[in-house]
Amino acid sequence: MKTLLRGRWGTAAGFLLGAALLLGVAPAVLPAFNLGLLGKFLCFAIVAVGIGLAWGRGGMLTLGQGVFFGLGAYIMAMHMKLADASLFGGSGVPDFMSLYGSGQVPGWWEPFRSPAVTLLAVVLVPGLVALVLGLAIFKRRVKGAYFAILSQALAAAFAVFLIGQQATTGGSNGLNGFRSFFGFDLKDPNNKVMLYMIAAVVLLLSLALARQLMHSRFGELLVAVRDQEERVRFLGYDPATVKTVIYVVAAVLAGVAGALFVPLVGIISPADVGVIPSIAFLIGVAIGGRATLLGPVLGAVGVAAAQSSLSSTFPSFWVYFQGLLFVLVIGFMPGGLASLPALVRLRRRTPAGAPQPKAATAPAPDQSPPAPEALSPETPKPGVQDRAAAPEEVSR
Amino acid sequence: MELLIGQMFAGLSLGSVLLLAALGLSLTFGQMGVINMAHGEFMMAGAYTAFVVQQVISDAGASLLVSIPAGFLVGGVLGLVLEAVLLRRMYHRPLDTLLVTFGVALILQQAARDIFGAPSVDVRAPVWLQGNIELLGAPIPLTRLFILGLALVCLAGLVLLLKATPLGRRIRAVVLNRDLAETSGVSTRRSDQLTFFIGSGLAGVAGVAVTLIGSTSPYLGTNYIVDAFLVVVAGGIGQIKGAVIAAFALGVLQSVFEYSTTASIGKVLLLIVIVVFLQLRPQGIFSLKTRSLA
Repeated sequence: MKTLLRGRWGTAAGFLLGAALLLGVAPAVLPAFNLGLLGKFLCFAIVAVGIGLAWGRGGMLTLGQGVFFGLGAYIMAMHMKLADASLFGGSGVPDFMSLYGSGQVPGWWEPFRSPAVTLLAVVLVPGLVALVLGLAIFKRRVKGAYFAILSQALAAAFAVFLIGQQATTGGSNGLNGFRSFFGFDLKDPNNKVMLYMIAAVVLLLSLALARQLMHSRFGELLVAVRDQEERVRFLGYDPATVKTVIYVVAAVLAGVAGALFVPLVGIISPADVGVIPSIAFLIGVAIGGRATLLGPVLGAVGVAAAQSSLSSTFPSFWVYFQGLLFVLVIGFMPGGLASLPALVRLRRRTPAGAPQPKAATAPAPDQSPPAPEALSPETPKPGVQDRAAAPEEVSR
Repeated sequence: MELLIGQMFAGLSLGSVLLLAALGLSLTFGQMGVINMAHGEFMMAGAYTAFVVQQVISDAGASLLVSIPAGFLVGGVLGLVLEAVLLRRMYHRPLDTLLVTFGVALILQQAARDIFGAPSVDVRAPVWLQGNIELLGAPIPLTRLFILGLALVCLAGLVLLLKATPLGRRIRAVVLNRDLAETSGVSTRRSDQLTFFIGSGLAGVAGVAVTLIGSTSPYLGTNYIVDAFLVVVAGGIGQIKGAVIAAFALGVLQSVFEYSTTASIGKVLLLIVIVVFLQLRPQGIFSLKTRSLA
């Protein structure tokens, strides 16, 4: 049984099972409203796949994924607004612009009239922004806390910018009231199911991409950069390139998720892209297990589901709960739920009374390889056992 | 001319608020590597302390003078508890402290909402701080002048503490080389606790100060935390003089940008300036030359 679940065949089987659940069972079982909610959660899960790669595998604590999510979302929203305006309004000018602005469509909106340009831009704009930022930041070896704070400042500035440009971005109201999606009526229940299906397929594709990246030589290099950046540099690789590539991949995933979020949920506003939502993306990833493939997805969906069921009935309780999740999971279980089996196994193997290893997530030596990937980046792992013998100072 | 002086002063004033917010961070983030996202909420706690004190002492002048040490104490105790309960276990995982303290920040915000209500409250400024004085024709609000003064006093106190007392010498020793300090008989535990107490206490004082120029809401901290971190990053890790220069530079730049464009574009321009600046000096204005720091 165990060997069946490992290796290439196990992965393929798991992938097919996931596809069957998402594409077959869920639409058949869930009522339309819940299916729409699940679609929204899947958007967060797509963002989480990217964060899992960048943060869990690459050690880059990116607190600005809301920016890329927002770029994708606003590009899609702009296209849908323009399309609605020419389909239903006749004037070709989105409703809120005549309310707050000059009644003219600004020049930088015009390209997004075209569906093809919009679809390209959803991928390219977040990707290019991440490429420029990534090169600027990583090439200069800005890392760790500096990178986290810069990415957070980016999210803050982005939200402030959107709120300030009321006439062209809808300000703090954001963009909403969409009626059609590439010509499909958004009120039609069949089209809603189609939107959900698209989100599910994109999630499956991004999981496949992440899996390939993790198991490639490039994925090994990424983990190496996370654990010992200096040593990777001495081996002749450029860590900045590795980090930039993964940062771009994560940004594109977030952008695509944002573009799917808009037709599914029907609104995008600065409240969905600022500092707090950007950090909130991380908690699901942390709970599920930041360095695993499926952990971030399951964690993100779980947290989003808990939020939507709890926050409306007990809004105050939900915030406390969310805060506690951050404190307990990150503080006491950095490997997330994915590290639980390893933790339990360790407990069982260590005789009572024997001293517990300090890093409780360190696996026993004879353990099969997949488990260590669930560890927190800072705990020593089997692949880098000689780390203790090579203190940080030696490398400079 | 009046306009120039007015703008310059607006920048200095903004810079002094940033400095107050960033001084404590510079201690805890710069010197201990802990990224405390709850620092903004400690400010918020200081601001609510000023509000509560004013409910008890109705004279605005006396209540302000009581609030400043009270705010320091409230912020400091919160910081001490946070350090003792959570952060102590996490010094080897600096990035994770950011997320843990973000959780603490969420909890503190919600607690403030439940205790004081979501609408913002106001703290009255004392009579002797109302009005303006004229400086070469430009009106300067007295409250802002007071905050500038308070920031300078806090700065002087902190520098004095770090450079001229045995306690400060121990803190600096731990910053420069933790292991060596410990081997030499310095209790790093106590030094960590004290650093955190002082840093968080300064956040409380900053909170009291900002009640003079705006109303107090549970979200007060989120407005300042990102800017305060940028000050520390631009100034250089563990560098108080860097933080001072960065705070005033960012304050002046922001008010110039906001004056010549709009508030929102000014914010974006400021961020671009910082990213470009870090291209030139990735370690900030000043960097600590030591073998033990990454």
